Amino acid sequence: MIENIPLPETDDPVDAPFWEGTRRGELCIQTCLQCGRMRFPPRPMCPSCQSGASHWQRVSGRGRVWSFAAPSSPLLPAFEKMTPYVVALVELEELPSLRMIGAVLLTAGGEVSGVSAADVHIGAAVNVDFRQYTDDVVMPCWVLA
Amino acid sequence: MLKDRTAIVGIGETDFAKRLDDTEWGLACTAIKAALDDAGIAPSEVDAMGCFTQEATPEFEIARSLGFGDVHFFSQTAHGGGAACGVVGQVALAVASGVANVGVVWRSRKRGDPGKRQWAGVQERVTDHWKWSRCQGLLRPVDEIAITARRYMHDFQVTREQLAEVALTQRLYAARNPRAIMRDKPMALDDYMTARMISDPLCLFDNCLESDGAIAMVIVRSDDVCAATQRPVYIHAFSQGLSPQHQLMTDFHGDDPLRSSSYSTAANLWRQSDIQAQDIDVAQFYDAFSPMVLYCLEAYGFCGRGEAASFVADGGMSLSGALPVNTSGGSLSEVYLHGMNLLSEAVRQLRGSAVNQVPGARSCLVTTCDSTPNGALVLRGA
Repeated sequence: MIENIPLPETDDPVDAPFWEGTRRGELCIQTCLQCGRMRFPPRPMCPSCQSGASHWQRVSGRGRVWSFAAPSSPLLPAFEKMTPYVVALVELEELPSLRMIGAVLLTAGGEVSGVSAADVHIGAAVNVDFRQYTDDVVMPCWVLA
Repeated sequence: MLKDRTAIVGIGETDFAKRLDDTEWGLACTAIKAALDDAGIAPSEVDAMGCFTQEATPEFEIARSLGFGDVHFFSQTAHGGGAACGVVGQVALAVASGVANVGVVWRSRKRGDPGKRQWAGVQERVTDHWKWSRCQGLLRPVDEIAITARRYMHDFQVTREQLAEVALTQRLYAARNPRAIMRDKPMALDDYMTARMISDPLCLFDNCLESDGAIAMVIVRSDDVCAATQRPVYIHAFSQGLSPQHQLMTDFHGDDPLRSSSYSTAANLWRQSDIQAQDIDVAQFYDAFSPMVLYCLEAYGFCGRGEAASFVADGGMSLSGALPVNTSGGSLSEVYLHGMNLLSEAVRQLRGSAVNQVPGARSCLVTTCDSTPNGALVLRGA
């Protein structure tokens, strides 16, 4: 069992621009060059028009909590140490089916640890924030508005 | 059409326990031999094999252990708990079409050891679609189901007391099943309400068991059933389902994350079936987590959207209810074998030999995991 939080590979050509964006402090969503539809998670082809051409469009970072979980033991050691924490599925303002998973923070720049289920509710407004884990991994998380 | 052209004529099970000494390979052999004995068929007659992609022992090791002859069809079905009905259905298609004559399907798993938890094996860097959820803290399947369960409970005003009825009803079934791991562990509502949370809003008793065992089945063409020695259960309808934006454990990026692949499976299953939801006598719904039973009741048309919790709370899934469900105790209280125990219980119900027998049961719906790409079967008694 690994001691650290598992981290995403960030150099896969399919989604590397997403991680380049988070390193700049920007939330960027893959957008079809042909039909303009945004899609997440990233993939090589647009399911609406089958175009393989896409670009990355910065979004507002505003969203609402669709739902959330408050995990507790048994967990990986790194997550055990963080309890209590809350992980939310957030609907982005730009398109409700653009849902993204991330930890919930009480304040911008705050800690993942120390957030309880009672602090969060379905429908709560949130804003994106970014937490740096390594040189290449900066993950979006969600601050209660 | 596949309809009734094949039948399950043998089932075999090992002991079920938190820990068994035998290997997964050995347990698989024991279960398959028992199923063949139940069917009265020699291992040398087997020429089709079906199992899960997650099965640890390759087909050739099974074939050369049991003494199979020349095997002409072998398939594996993906998506863990979503696989069991696909394993059966794919072998049934091969046997019905004449590619092969005698099929065996099995699942052997030693999952009682906490070290065998799949999430515990996550690597330092995640390369596939899990990078969008595991790293962010939805580490385990229970965390993903906690997300949909909370939204479901919120949208339809479902209480924990209502959800508890899934676990409580199945524990009652298990109390009468001498093979159930939790047969001697009665549970009351207070036990449920005070149990520790695993992923709020889901508590310990919303989670399936962690257990060891193996189960196998034998499938032949209905024309080849030996009426004198075999008790056939006919495979009446089969479908798998993968809805447009579904991932392995969630449909978080579809238009409605509560509308799982089960809705896709159900529509195509009922399209092929002479037996419709209102005709079903007993059901086995995949229950790695208790909310999945509610989701299946609605997806397969037994309850309207948001009505399953009331149905269950009013005793609907008990032996005297409108639709007895998971009558062996299921994955929550009998054994967790990726849903293969739900299939063997379905066969016993339609043979009239279940410990919690539904009187006169002639039809059984079996489903696999609501939250993965999945499958389902309508089975019919002779």
